[in-house]
Amino acid sequence: MSEFFQVSRWKPGPLLPPRDARDGALVFVVAVLCFLACLTAFAALAANRAAHGWTAQLSGSATVVVRARSNETPDSAAARAAETLAGVRGVIEAQALPREKAEALLAPWIGAEALVDDLPTPRLVTLDLDPKAPPTAGILDRALRAAGVDATVDDHSRWIADIERAANIARFAALGVFALIAAATAAVIAFATRAGLAARRDVIEVLHFSGAEARFIASLFQNRFATMGALAGLLGGAAAAIIGALARYFAGGVGVAPVLPLAWIDLLAALPAPVLAALIAGVSARLAASRIVREMP
Amino acid sequence: MRIDTEQGDDALPVVRFEGVSMRYGRGPETLRDISFSLEPGSFHFLTGASGAGKSSLLKLIYLAHRASRGRVELFGRDVSLTHASDLPFLRRRIGVVFQEFRLLEHLSVFDNAALPLRILGRKPATYREDVAELLTWVGLGERMHALPATLSGGEKQRLAIARAVVDRPDVLLADEPTGNVDPAMSLRLLRLFVELNRLGTTVLIATHDEDLVARAARPTLHLEHGRLVDLGGRP
Ligand SMILES: Nc1ncnc2c1ncn2[C@@H]1O[C@H](COP(=O)(O)OP(=O)(O)O)[C@@H](O)[C@H]1O
Ligand SMILES: [Mg+2]
Repeated sequence: MSEFFQVSRWKPGPLLPPRDARDGALVFVVAVLCFLACLTAFAALAANRAAHGWTAQLSGSATVVVRARSNETPDSAAARAAETLAGVRGVIEAQALPREKAEALLAPWIGAEALVDDLPTPRLVTLDLDPKAPPTAGILDRALRAAGVDATVDDHSRWIADIERAANIARFAALGVFALIAAATAAVIAFATRAGLAARRDVIEVLHFSGAEARFIASLFQNRFATMGALAGLLGGAAAAIIGALARYFAGGVGVAPVLPLAWIDLLAALPAPVLAALIAGVSARLAASRIVREMP
Repeated sequence: MRIDTEQGDDALPVVRFEGVSMRYGRGPETLRDISFSLEPGSFHFLTGASGAGKSSLLKLIYLAHRASRGRVELFGRDVSLTHASDLPFLRRRIGVVFQEFRLLEHLSVFDNAALPLRILGRKPATYREDVAELLTWVGLGERMHALPATLSGGEKQRLAIARAVVDRPDVLLADEPTGNVDPAMSLRLLRLFVELNRLGTTVLIATHDEDLVARAARPTLHLEHGRLVDLGGRP
């Protein structure tokens, strides 16, 4: 290193002392918080996707239970119901289930012994509906009544409502956890800023007595901690994205039974982590620093 | 008619105390009923035994502490009536050489000296040469890249002085500036203060160095147990 000091090359050094060991611990804590926040976001997106998938499947189909009148066989009643429903707008396909299939479906509910031959077993007609404009249960009901078929339509609307309620709860829970993590991050940063200010009180006092405004000193801490937050967000977000990618690769997707309906695109939710962490860190550091500087004489 | 401009407050005392007392927390009064004023361009010593309250009085001037009673005026402004957001601008007109130097240990000599200019928000290119010239003038021309920890006591003292005067403050306060140096160095530092004063800076030096006071032949404010007993009678 040259002993010769070149004035024209001089660039101001950092007013706050270089990082120390405490910064590493802080980066770790904030990175973990970012990691958890990203996983929460992934879980929320997966729950959302699952809810959408289920409701789409349910609203794309309906089941009609047909009871035969005394003057016809259950099979012909079911056939007539299927024929009638196939003509309704929005119904893509109507299919009367044969007796064995209907019994197989009903067995778990009423027991195999109860399915005696001479007891009139209700027949089922399954409908594939246009998911974009499915006919309501009322429309199907009216069509059946007009054709003189005694039947009950189940358009799964109760289930859909249940699933949507569950999905909303999941969304709010995710939002709550997310807010909690953000608040914890802010608190940790504020705490660290205060510790940092206490450790650097000498520097702060020199700046203060040299006529530095509160916002000048606050900016130093804001920038220091925003940079730290960005780094922590990058680490935490990247770790979460890797975990999410592994989950998607091994357990997700459209396989036989997707454990986690996570899409590749959902991993983009980790992208704002560095920016958000930097923002939270910067703002809370600024607030903590300004408050301490304002308390100085 | 005279309007109150920069020109106007040239005539006002730079520092004026009127019946000022101060205490630390709920403790006893460290300073009691202090009244004096420093005219622009004056040069005073502040003397007194250790513990008499010299550092405390300087703290009141550089706004590190507030008076518990009385009135402190800087450049004609009552500091207790000055809004907190204006205080930094008063502080910028006051250069302080702290008893314990308070250099920033992680920054080079050059960075330490340039600190007040950075706080003013000036661009490095506009002051680099001035800082180098000042450091050369105080005899630190060869040590500009050094860290404070590697400086001798006298070098630290001169760096602290350079930092205090780099933005041409109206007032220079120095707390025991010759406390850590030999007599030869203390004379050199005195010449430095006299030169700054000649350039227009109002100077107040707290010291218990009787030799220095005798040599300089300047008016003296003398503190005894927190009271001012000699109102700057010229020797
Ligand atoms: N930060 C402080 N808190 C409480 N007491 C203090 C503080 N600083 C100084 N003192 C007390 O105030 C008195 C004056 O101290 P000081 O102004 O440092 O005297 P000097 O600079 O003349 O030696 C002393 O009794 C000292 O103990
Ligand atoms: Mg002292």
